Amino acid sequence: MKGRPVKLILAVTTLCLAAIALFWNTSTSSAQQAPNSCVRCHAGLDEKLSDSVRLFEHDIHKERGLTCTDCHGGDGTQDDMKKAKDPARGYIGKPSPAQIPAFCGKCHSDAALMKKFNPSLRVDQVQEYFTSVHGNRLRNGDQNVATCVSCHGTHGIRKPDDQESTVFPMNVAETCGKCHSDPQRMSAYPIPHDQYDNYKSSVHANALYEKHDLSAPTCNDCHGNHGAVPPGLTSVANVCGQCHGRQAELFRSSPHKAPFEEKQLGECIRCHSNHAITPPSDDKAGVGEGSVCISCHQSDKGFAGAQRIGGGLEKLHHDIDAANVQLEKAEAAGMEVSKPQFELKEASDALTQARVLVHTASPDEVEGAITPGLGIAEKSLQAAQAAFAELAYRRKGLFVSLFFILFLAALVYLKVRQIEGKYPFAKAA
Amino acid sequence: MEPNETRGPTRRGFLNYLLGTSAVATLGAIFYPIFRFMVPPAVVEAQQNSVSAGKVNDLAINSGKIFKFGSKPGILIRTQSGEVKAFSASCTHLDCIVQYDPGSKEIICACHGGKYDLTGKNVSGPPPRPLDEFTVNVKGDDITVTKA
Amino acid sequence: MTRTESVRLWLDERLGINSAIALAQKKEVPEHRHSIWYYFGGMTLFLFIVQVTTGIMLLLYYRPSAEGAFESVQFIITEVEFGWLIRSVHSWSANLLIAALFIHMFSVFFLSAYRAPREMTWVTGVALLFICIAFGFSGYLLPWNELAFFATKVGTEISGVVPLVGRPMLRFLRGGDEVTGATLTRFFGFHVAILPAITTVILGVHLLLVQMHGMSVPPGVEGKEVKKMKFVPNFLLRDLIGWILAIGALAALAAIFPWELGHKADAFAPAPAGIKPEWYFLFMFQTLKYLPAKILFLDGEVVGIMAFGLGGLFLLLVPFLNKEPGNTRRKRVFTIIGALVVAFMVIMTIVGYVT
Repeated sequence: MKGRPVKLILAVTTLCLAAIALFWNTSTSSAQQAPNSCVRCHAGLDEKLSDSVRLFEHDIHKERGLTCTDCHGGDGTQDDMKKAKDPARGYIGKPSPAQIPAFCGKCHSDAALMKKFNPSLRVDQVQEYFTSVHGNRLRNGDQNVATCVSCHGTHGIRKPDDQESTVFPMNVAETCGKCHSDPQRMSAYPIPHDQYDNYKSSVHANALYEKHDLSAPTCNDCHGNHGAVPPGLTSVANVCGQCHGRQAELFRSSPHKAPFEEKQLGECIRCHSNHAITPPSDDKAGVGEGSVCISCHQSDKGFAGAQRIGGGLEKLHHDIDAANVQLEKAEAAGMEVSKPQFELKEASDALTQARVLVHTASPDEVEGAITPGLGIAEKSLQAAQAAFAELAYRRKGLFVSLFFILFLAALVYLKVRQIEGKYPFAKAA
Repeated sequence: MEPNETRGPTRRGFLNYLLGTSAVATLGAIFYPIFRFMVPPAVVEAQQNSVSAGKVNDLAINSGKIFKFGSKPGILIRTQSGEVKAFSASCTHLDCIVQYDPGSKEIICACHGGKYDLTGKNVSGPPPRPLDEFTVNVKGDDITVTKA
Repeated sequence: MTRTESVRLWLDERLGINSAIALAQKKEVPEHRHSIWYYFGGMTLFLFIVQVTTGIMLLLYYRPSAEGAFESVQFIITEVEFGWLIRSVHSWSANLLIAALFIHMFSVFFLSAYRAPREMTWVTGVALLFICIAFGFSGYLLPWNELAFFATKVGTEISGVVPLVGRPMLRFLRGGDEVTGATLTRFFGFHVAILPAITTVILGVHLLLVQMHGMSVPPGVEGKEVKKMKFVPNFLLRDLIGWILAIGALAALAAIFPWELGHKADAFAPAPAGIKPEWYFLFMFQTLKYLPAKILFLDGEVVGIMAFGLGGLFLLLVPFLNKEPGNTRRKRVFTIIGALVVAFMVIMTIVGYVT
């Protein structure tokens, strides 16, 4: 038949195109698929009910290919709300606070499952959580405490290293502070609610927020992430010692360790406070105003020791400052003093060393670091004075030479007058 | 005529004498610094680019020593295998001076527990960057450190 | 025959010095109320000689590389005996030289000393002005400190905006696209070899022409009977007084206001705030700051640079544009333009310092 090959070709082509269209539609990832019924419905609702859709756009779970029904159950292919939200189809809906740990833990505590998405992610968060104050209270019926979603959010959950994540290091304090700084919320509990404000005034907050040093600690670094619990009084030093190892070590072998343990005094925080940790000033040591030593030591050996330590620090600090001031003056006067200025830095290093050694509570140890520092500061001061002496010498030299120069100029001027027969070399009448 | 004959020449002669001596004195005051300037000073060179950092035998195996590199601190390390290495000793976290730990064979910073390995790489703790390494030349017993 | 006379005879037989001495003894300098300005040419020359002398001494210790330059200058002012003096004198004298040069040039301008037959003296003089400014610009970089590095960066950047030749000129000056150690070495070459060689020739011609034509007399005094002063020894001795006082001034400046060294240049550090070029560039720098971003279809900066370039060209051509004897109206126009230019430079310089 004449038209048969043409008809055949047409039929095959149409079939192919249809197949392509079909496969194209069904083989796209769920992200590019036509949105499920949950999204389609909720997107059109008012703010509170459509928040979830909006926030979920940036959620890490969405990136990994998960969707509403993967957590909330139900059937996203059903347009009918009753059918979509049918418990028989697994619909859980909005979990209560008490249900959240299990809700998230459904996946996050399943090692085999998590391995498929992020093999290096821990799977013991829920377990840790129930060792924390939050977890224990939740188990005992307090639904006001923090659960997973309090810190991580509900639908816009980002990875902790994402700058916009609620648990990114620079955002952690705010996240904790959402509850812990709320006086009304915290009124039911026997703890203060000034931790956030205190922390923000601390040297750690300064390092984190002003200097963008991400190694500076925020709430979770000392309290833990999921097993959040204030460290016990006798284990504070261990926590601080994570970074301040040297001071912790020195303290541990100092004569303070035993009495602190005996009297149940918080090791580091007794002198440095827990949240409002200010840059320690030399006033903390010694026996003057601002000293922490005198809160225990009044007129005993400790008092004498504190006096020596404080006195030594103050002297070195003062000597370094004095030398610096003189060197800066010499520099401003035009002298080249970069070498003594550098050498003075070594004295500052000695002061830093001495300040660390305060934790030994041993005046001998502290003085061991201070004495060489004093020597260096003295040398630098002498260098500054030498610079001033040189300046004075130059000025003297200048005045002497200027005298001769002006004298010579005057003489030349007189010579000119002499040659031209002017006064006082009048020509013969 | 007579008064000027006696006064003129002596006044002129005095002026010439003064002029002569002070001209010589001023020229001397100008040439003295020039001459002293040209005489080499005690310290012969501006040594900033390469520093002689002592002798190999003064540095025990598996030990470190701080030295001055121009206006910055440096650390000299003699490794277990006898090799001499040199790095900048300013910790890249907050500028404390680092030290060598013969026990762990690492460079450590006492301020906040930062640790660097023997290539200068920051391996633990807060330091955000590795330590700069210097080039070490050992001639006989003398160590010379140059900026890489 | 006295000893002096026999020595003179010996020299004359071999070098022909008698004719030179005769010329010198004949040379006369007119005395009138504007004679004071005659001294500034000699002062400029003297300060230039101070520069050459102190410069050669600094050469004994200076190292023209990015690694060694700063340290070598530091070495000179701390370790070398009187190094502080030689270095500060060199830096101060550079400024005094340019100041004296401006005074010399403007006094010649206002007294119309450039009129025939002294046009070429003027042209060589303007060339020497540009050369001295080049000396100042190239020398400024040599300590390789922060201030110098950024001043050079900005200065060479500006040369790059000239249309057509700007970019190649920038690359020629910088020895590359950026200011690096290569720039330093190149500027050193300009400063101690190329520019001195050119100066020797042009300064030689300039001085020769001055001797040839003698001292010019301002038009107001021309034709009248003027007293004449012998150049040797009268004028020369007066010159000497000025030079001796200049030495005193330099010594005082070096001892009381030592020239700063500051910090070593760091290409990666941001430019220090409020950076300014040396005072003799300040009026141009300040003017460029005030120009709008766009003038017609051209960049404001380009227009500014071209305007200054045209100004320089105008300066060069002054004797040919204002010929004497010309009409007195043109002369007055020139005098007014000159006064306005001086006022503009002074005001912009002050503004540059105050803001």
